[in-house]
Amino acid sequence: MPSAPAGTLYRGREGMWSWVAHRVTGVAIFFFLLVHVLDTSLVRVSPEAYDAVIGTYKNPVMGLGEAGLVAAVVFHAFNGIRIMLVDFWSKGTRYQRVMLWVVMGLFVVTMAGFLPRHLMHVFGGE
Amino acid sequence: MTTTTQAAARLPIENPGQAYQRRKTTRGNFELYGWVFMRASGVVLLVLIFAHLFVNLVAGEGISAIDFGFVAGKWASPFWQVWDLVMLWLAMLHGTNGVRTIINDYAERDGLRMWLKIALYTAFVVVVTLGTLVIFTFDPCPPGAAADLLPSFCTT
Ligand code: HEM
Ligand code: HEM
Repeated sequence: MPSAPAGTLYRGREGMWSWVAHRVTGVAIFFFLLVHVLDTSLVRVSPEAYDAVIGTYKNPVMGLGEAGLVAAVVFHAFNGIRIMLVDFWSKGTRYQRVMLWVVMGLFVVTMAGFLPRHLMHVFGGE
Repeated sequence: MTTTTQAAARLPIENPGQAYQRRKTTRGNFELYGWVFMRASGVVLLVLIFAHLFVNLVAGEGISAIDFGFVAGKWASPFWQVWDLVMLWLAMLHGTNGVRTIINDYAERDGLRMWLKIALYTAFVVVVTLGTLVIFTFDPCPPGAAADLLPSFCTT
C-alpha cells in the first residue's frame, strides 16, 4: 500500500468523502426505484391490491425510511450540481471545498423544511 | 541504470518537428456521451424528482393521502403522465449508467462483471417496460371496483 501523498485535491479529504457519499446515495436511490416502480404497477392489478400494499407502508418505520430516502436524494442532487460546477466552471476546482459546505448548508435547510411536515404526516398530528 | 541504456530503450522520434497529433480513437465516443448524459439528465431529474416528492410527500396530507384514488387523480391528466414517463426513463438511464460505472470499478473478474451487467440490463428492461406500460394502460375507473376506492370523478 502506498502511503497517502500530502496535499492532493482528493484523497482522504472532503472531496473523497463527498464522492463516496455520492456513490452510496446513487446506488441506494437506484434500488429504491426498482422496488418503487414494481409497487406502483399494482395500480394495474386492482385498487384493492394497491391500497393494501401502500397501506402496509404507512407506519413509523417506513416513514423514517422515506425521510432517509429524501435525505439521500437531496444530498445526491445538490452534490451533483457541485460536481457539474467543478467540471464546467473555470473556478470550480478552486472552490470545490467551499461548494461542499454550501451543499451541506442547502441540505440542512431543505431537510429542516421537509422533516417536521413529513413527520407530522407520519406520526398523526395533521 | 546508465543514461545510455535508457536512451537505447526509447523509441526513436519519427518526425521531431511535427506538431503533436492526438491519437484517433478507435472505440467510439460512448463514454464521453455517457459522461455528458449523466450531467444533462441530472439537471432535469433534479426538477422532476423534487416536484414529485413535493406533490406526493409535502403538499396536502402528504404520504397519508396516497392511495389508488390519489394516483388516479394524477394520471387522469396527461401532464403528470408525461412527467412520470420522462422521470422513469431518465432516472433509469442515469441510474443504470451510474451502476454500470460502479460495476466496472469494483468487479475485477471478467465473469463476475459480465453477470452483474446482465442482471443490471435485465432489471433496466423489465422496470422501464413495466413502468411505461403501467402509465399508458392505466384506467382510473376500472369497471367492477368498489366506488369508494376510486376518485370521485368516476361516479359522475
Ligand atoms: C417516499 C418518496 C416517494 C413517494 C411517496 C412516491 C410516490 C409515488 C406515487 C404515489 C406514484 C404514482 C404516480 C404519481 O403519483 O405520480 C409514483 C410514481 C413514480 N415515482 Fe415516486 N415516490 C417517491 C419517491 C420517488 C423517487 C425518489 C423517484 C425517483 C428516483 C420516484 C420515481 C417515480 C416514477 C418513475 C414513477 C412512475 C412509475 C411508473 O411508471 O409506473 N419516486 N411515486
Ligand atoms: C436528483 C437529481 C440528480 C442529479 C443532479 C444527479 C447528478 C449526478 C452526477 C453529476 C453524477 C456524476 C456522474 C459522473 O461522475 O460522471 C451522478 C452519478 C450517479 N447518479 Fe445521479 N443525479 C441525480 C439523480 C439520480 C437518481 C434518481 C439516481 C438513481 C436512480 C442516481 C444514481 C446515480 C449513480 C448510481 C451514479 C454513479 C455514481 C458514481 O459513479 O460514483 N442519480 N449523478
